[in-house]
This record gives sequence, structure tokens and C-alpha cells, in this order.
Amino acid sequence: MIVRHVSPWSPGWSAPTSNFAQMRRDMESLMERLTGVATDESAAGVFPPMNVSEDRDSYYVRALIPGIDAAQLNVSVVHQTIAVSGTRQSPEEEGASYHRKERAEGAFSRSVTLPASFDGGRVHAKYVDGILTLTLPKPEAAKPRRVTVQTS
Amino acid sequence: MATDKNQGLQTREARDIATTTEATRPGVLLTPPVDIFEDADAITVLADMPGVEPGHLKIDLHDGVLTITGHAAAREVSNEVTVLQEYRAGTFQRSFTLSEAIDQEQIQATLKQGVLRLRLPKAARAKPRQIRIQTG
Repeated sequence: MIVRHVSPWSPGWSAPTSNFAQMRRDMESLMERLTGVATDESAAGVFPPMNVSEDRDSYYVRALIPGIDAAQLNVSVVHQTIAVSGTRQSPEEEGASYHRKERAEGAFSRSVTLPASFDGGRVHAKYVDGILTLTLPKPEAAKPRRVTVQTS
Repeated sequence: MATDKNQGLQTREARDIATTTEATRPGVLLTPPVDIFEDADAITVLADMPGVEPGHLKIDLHDGVLTITGHAAAREVSNEVTVLQEYRAGTFQRSFTLSEAIDQEQIQATLKQGVLRLRLPKAARAKPRQIRIQTG
């Protein structure tokens, strides 16, 4: 079982290293465009791999979990952290001889802490084409608001 | 003769170049993990290709080389800002050499929950046949 917490942010303030993370991503994508080969995420040993993004209204967490029944997925929310766990089992074929067995199986559990709070009661989860998408709405107070400047 | 040998070498090189695959789409090329197993009737390939829709999958078999190609489009919408990135959308591609003769008409492919299941039935002549040994 793989358990890992990813929390590269200090709450409230964006971490001073976030610029380096962005720089690293840019370098990697540049290398990939030059060589055409992706850096192997499986080397990190983390399952499932997740992408987190945000827009004005929500955070979006997208995890690659191919070949699992949606009923087998557990998603829970505590404060700023979301946890995803489940078990992936390929039924063993009877009377078959295996040439290769590369697809990971077994129990997995992962949690990700988001940089800011979200409305835990309105989290929406969807599983399509092997990708689990979580939509985490930001609370009204965290959304950017336009402030009118008055002139006397 | 030296010239003959030279010619043989050239044709081989040309063929090697012809079979070297190159992605037609720009973007990253990903290697999907696979399970391959074989029973008396067929060879089955399972490949993890999350994010690939059925319309974006291509399966090609010729000269005993099976190639699966699937394009996974990025799910992020343009106004989203990346916070954490652990994987990248791109094109999954993998090729295998098949030693058994395959009945190409009977190949079945299903794509479910991001997993491709490919059943390649063996041609009748490639199936194991019991040979009775007679004792005299």
C-alpha cells in the first residue's frame, strides 16, 4: 500500500519555493518537447498520479485510476485535505499463462492538502475514462471580489 | 560477392527506417503498462490508457507487429491554473511482436474505464494440436 501526503504549501501564504516548482515544470515540459518522451512518473512510486488545478470558482483534482469500479473508490474530505483510496484487482485468468504483468494492483491510499480551504459539503466527484475528477468549490469569501474605488 | 552483400545491407537499413515509428501529433509519448496472457484459444492484452476515448484509439496489426495508439486529451480547461502536476496528457503508444499466427478477422477490442482489453484469437493452424503416438 502506498501512502503519501503532499503538502508543498504553507496555509495562507504561497510557499516561497512555488516559483521553483513552476520553473521545474517549465523545464520538464521544454525537455519533453525537445525529446518527445515524458519523464516517467511511475518512478515516483505514487499511485494514483494526480493533477491539481484551480480557477476562480473551484479547485480541480484529477487522478488517473484506470480500471476500477466507481463503487470501489472512497473519497473523503477533512479540512483542506482530500483522501482517495480503493483497491484495484485484475481478476486472474484461469488456465492462462502470463507473458507480462506490469499493471499495478492492490490497495492504494493517497491524500492531498490544498493550498486553501474549500466547501467540503459541495465537493463533486466523477469517474470517466479511468480519470477521477473532483471539483472542490471555493467558499464565497475566498473568491476574488472586485472592489470599487470611490473618489470623493 | 561484395556488391551483393552491400545491396542486402541497404535494403535492410531501408526497412529499419521505414518501421521506425514517429508520433504524428506533437506532444509527449507515453508507454502504457500492459498485462499479456495466453490461453489455448487466444492472446489477451490489457493496457492502462486513462483518458483515452474510444474514438481516439487505433489498433494496427501487420507483419506480426501489433501497435496500439491512443490519444488522451488534457482535461484541464484553458482558464485553469496548474497547482500540482504529476502526470501529463499525451499519446499512449506501444508495439509488440506476435509470435503466434492471429486470426485478424476475429480480433476484439473493448475500452472500459480507461483500460483497453484486446483479444487476439489464434488462427486455427496455430492452436495446439494433440498428436497421438501409436505404439506398434
